[in-house]
Order: sequence, then structure tokens, then C-alpha cells
Amino acid sequence: MNPSTLKRFAIGLLAWVIAFIIFFPIFWMVLTGFKTEVEAVSDPSLIFTPTLDSYAEVQQRADYFKFAWNSVIVSFGSTLLALIIAIPSAYSMAFLPTKRTKGTLLWMLSTKMLPPVGVLVPIYLLFRDTGLLDTCTGLVIVYTLMNLPIVVWMLYTFFKDLPKDILEAGRMDGASTLQEVLYLLMPLTLPGIASTGLLSVILSWNEAFWSLNLTTSQAAPLTAYIASFSSPEGLFWAKLSAASTMAIAPILVFGWLTQKQMVRGLTFGAVK
Amino acid sequence: MATLQLKNVIKEFGDTHVIKGVDLEVKDREFVVFVGPSGCGKSTLLRMIAGLESATDGDIVIDGKRMNDIGPAERGLAMVFQSYALYPHMTVEDNMGFSLRLAGVSKSERKDKVLDAARILQLENLLDRKPKALSGGQRQRVAIGRAIVRNPSIFLFDEPLSNLDAALRVQMRVELARLHEELDATMIYVTHDQIEAMTMADKIVVLQGGEVEQVGSPMELYHHPRNRFVAGFIGSPTMNFLPVDFQDANADGVQVTLPGGQGCRVPVNGEELAAGASLELGIRPEHLNLDDNGPMSGKIQVIERLGGATSLYVQMDHGMITVVADGDIEHKVGDTIRFGFEPFRGHLFREDGLALESLQRHPLTAINRQANRAPADSGDDQ
Repeated sequence: MNPSTLKRFAIGLLAWVIAFIIFFPIFWMVLTGFKTEVEAVSDPSLIFTPTLDSYAEVQQRADYFKFAWNSVIVSFGSTLLALIIAIPSAYSMAFLPTKRTKGTLLWMLSTKMLPPVGVLVPIYLLFRDTGLLDTCTGLVIVYTLMNLPIVVWMLYTFFKDLPKDILEAGRMDGASTLQEVLYLLMPLTLPGIASTGLLSVILSWNEAFWSLNLTTSQAAPLTAYIASFSSPEGLFWAKLSAASTMAIAPILVFGWLTQKQMVRGLTFGAVK
Repeated sequence: MATLQLKNVIKEFGDTHVIKGVDLEVKDREFVVFVGPSGCGKSTLLRMIAGLESATDGDIVIDGKRMNDIGPAERGLAMVFQSYALYPHMTVEDNMGFSLRLAGVSKSERKDKVLDAARILQLENLLDRKPKALSGGQRQRVAIGRAIVRNPSIFLFDEPLSNLDAALRVQMRVELARLHEELDATMIYVTHDQIEAMTMADKIVVLQGGEVEQVGSPMELYHHPRNRFVAGFIGSPTMNFLPVDFQDANADGVQVTLPGGQGCRVPVNGEELAAGASLELGIRPEHLNLDDNGPMSGKIQVIERLGGATSLYVQMDHGMITVVADGDIEHKVGDTIRFGFEPFRGHLFREDGLALESLQRHPLTAINRQANRAPADSGDDQ
């Protein structure tokens, strides 16, 4: 083996090891979900008789589909709402910037640096008084606000890459601002909009802090579903694992199906 | 009918004065070219006419109607962009028909109009293609087609040929001239290339630093530049400027002493010149003749043979001078040559850059492209 092949081999091996370390907890969780409770806490073995008992019990205790449906509603709902608000904002920032545009963008990003727990009490009280506690509407609002800075930023960078001339040509052709956005801007930046949307869906799906604090039963999404299995009577590893597996499965499949779109969107503009 | 008037149009971006009060009149069916170095404000002026940029002050009047506060689409103009600005996600047909689609024109009518324009530009075979499957020249034609479909009162072109290679540029230049004739439309064209301006324009507007330096037919600008800037900008190779000593002025012109010490009477109006005035002689390279008895001499530094003509870069005592001579001359680098010029070919510029007015107008100054083509058309102009 010559040095360069060796080097590549070493780097490859290292990458695989790191990837495996990162992936291992997920792998172990999926595995544990197919064990019995006794096997789960006893010897950590790879050899056992897989069983679906845990899944059956989990489903008996709580209706998975109801939580999953809540997750779908809040993640897609908040993403849609965020896009509806962010597309016009990013349009105006990218194409009609003022002296304060840069500052506004930085301020928006700075709100992401504040720990969410810092505003938990005011938001909780606000939700309590407006009847938004434990409602999907409430979660959609919180997730939209949570993701809006990132969504606007991403769209802004995608829009900025679009030659201004094209929109001006549209204006000469008689397009109103809305038509400009619908017929020219959106189709031309679709990969970017799509990847922004996908990211927003994933972030909302995985969000746990707000969903645990603002929901109990009616609007609880899958993150709350997982948490409900760490009960005061003790931890049931197999059931917890089974629940977790079911909670992350949809978003994993979703991410896997859309990864091409995601990568294309995130590198959009970089390789024109 | 499509006319345009600019009345004291001003554009400021913050403290930057981009356009400093432009007055201009564009007649119906005229081909007007805005020309000037980069940053002179020519594109901004065009964008203001288009409505893509607002005017800080002044009036933009199209067909007698003030258009300052009217949106780009309602002004009845069409614009061809330097980058073509085609819609990448639409076919050629959809690109050309987009304005009609927005205007709610029926699909069949749209198709007819697009086909008409496609025929004029020989684009019929490309209607189903996307812009990225077209060559530069084809994209350019689609951009023009998109403008034609709108049936505008005035066509605006923003450096439309600058992204094409040299050969294609010449071809498109001819095509645009033909199109102007065929469509019989008013056109305003922005370029930094004085050859495009000279070859296509009925009227050239020379801009510098946001101000109009001169407006006139190509031959007027060439033979009677109003100032040193226009004289240097129009014509290629660029005009030579030599410092000369003012002797006297009378009804026959101004007597000056050339760098070599010989005298020359240039037929320009020097009535207002004070004794000892500092003057500069402007003489175009193509108006210098090799002449063994000529009043000036110098040593050849560089020779550029173009076949039909030869450019000689000659070192004189005061600096370099360019001489365009016959293509067949046998001179070599290092030769000393003598040359002269016919006095009426000379221009004299005062210290402030303004040209002294010629005593005789050049007979071709009234000629523009329209007059070149058909005498009947020329009545409107000049």
C-alpha cells in the first residue's frame, strides 16, 4: 500500500468509528425495544429472542397515533406558518434592504441565543390566560416563533443569490409583487425553500422543552409520549426504548427520503 | 407615436448625485444611444425611464404624460437587460408570453403573438427550450422577443451586446438596426461602446459624471465635438491632443504655433480669446497624413498593422501621438516620419475644455441613419 492509499484508508476507518460511536445509542435503543424488560436491564447481549411485547404494551398504555398526529400537526403547521411569514420578510430584506436590514437580521439571530427557559414563566402564564395551554395552536405558535429566525435567515441567503434582473424583468412584464413572488421567486428558489421547510419540520418534531412544559395530554406530541414512559414507578427500559423508536422512526424515514433535497438545498447557490 | 421628454431629471442616492439634471427630447421612431464611461449614470437614467428607479426630481414624460409616479409595466415600455434576465424555469415560449399571461390574454392569442415575434427573430425552432439550452446569441434574441411581444411604445436596451463575443456582437448590431427599421419603434440604447453608438444611433447622448456632455447625430459628434471629453470619447483610435501657442484670431480662424514651431490657421471662431490664451489642438489619428514636408515629426515607437490601415504610435517631443496611415506603408519601428493635416480637420479646445466653434459645419452632420435610408423619413429630424 502506498502512503496516500494508507492515509485514505486511515481516514475512512476513523470516520466509520466516529459514525458508529454516534450511532451506537440509537442502535442500542432500537435493539432494547425488542427485548423483554428483564433482558433489557440484565446482561447487555446482542443475542436474544426478539419480541414485540414492549411495543404491544406501549400501545396499550397510550395511543401512539394520537401523539404522532399531534407531532405532524404542530411540526408541519408551524413550518407552513413560518414560511408564510418568512418568505415576504426575506423578500423585502433581500431585495429592498434598508440601512437597518443587517441589524434586524442579527437581532433575530440573537434571540436564538437566549435560553428558552428564561421565558418559560411569562409564556406559560400567557398561555394559561389565553387558553392556549395543551393546544396544538399554542405549540404551533411557539414553534413558529422559535424557528422563524432560522427560516428567515436561510431564505434570505437563498433569495440573495437570485439575480435581481429577473425580478425586474418580471416587473417590466407587469408582475405585481405577489406575482413576482409566486411566479418567479418561489419557483426559482424552490430547492432552498424546500430545505428550509424540511429543517423547520425536523427541528419542530424533535423539540422537547416547550412540548413538555406546555402540553399534558390533548396536544402532546411524540416527545411528550417518550417522556411519559419515565414514570415514578421506575424506568422501564424496554418500553421506553420501544416508544422512542416509534417516535423517531417517522422523522428518520422522512429525513432519509428527503436527504437529497436537503443537501441540494443547503448547497444551493454554492455550486451554480 | 412614442416620444419621451426628460426635464431636469435628478437622481440622488443619499449624498451621491448620480444624475445631475438631465434634459432630453426623444422623438418618435428615433434610435437614441446613451453612451459614456462606466459610472456615468447612463444605466441609471435608463432605469429611471423604465420605472425601476425613481427620480429624485424632475419630470419623465412619455407621449405627453408625466410618468414619474407610474409603475414600470404601465409605462408601456419594454426593456432588454444586459444579463438578458430570462426566466430560467420557463421555456422560450413562456418567457416571451409571460407579460401576456399576466395581462390575462387568452392562450391562443398568446401563442399567436409569441409566434409572430419568434418569426421576426428566427426563434420558431427554439420555443420549447429552456434558456440554459440556448447559446448567448439565442438568449439575447429571446430577451428581445420578450420585449417585442409586449408591443411597447419604447424599447429600452441596457448594454445588450456586452456579454456576446466580438463576431456575434457585430451580427446582433446589424440585426438590431434591421429590427428598428422593421418595427418602426422608438428605441433607447445604453452602451459604453462608442462604435455601437456611432453605427446604430440616430442621436447620441454622451454622458459623463451624471451630466449630458453633448447630444447630436453621430457625424455631428465626430466632426463637431462640443468639448474635449466628447472629442476624446468618440472616434477610435482616440483623438490626439497637442498643446499649441495662440498667436491671433481673425475672420478666417485662429492662428496657432504647432509643437514643431510651424504655424497653422484653424478655421474656428476665436473672437473671444484673450492674448496668451492657452489652447490645445485636437486632431484625429485618421486625419493626420504622412507628408515629407509636414510641420510635425516624430519617431515611430509601435506599429499596429490592421491590413486595411496601419496605426503608428509616434514619439514627439511633448508626448505620444497616434497616426492612422495606409495599410501598405513600409515604415519600421524607429523610423522618423513627418506628417501634417488639413487645417479644417483640427479642433481647438480652451483651457476649460470647451471647443471653439467651427466656422463651417461639416456637410454630413445632418445625416443620421434614417436620413441614410430614406429621404422621406428625415424631415422629422434635424
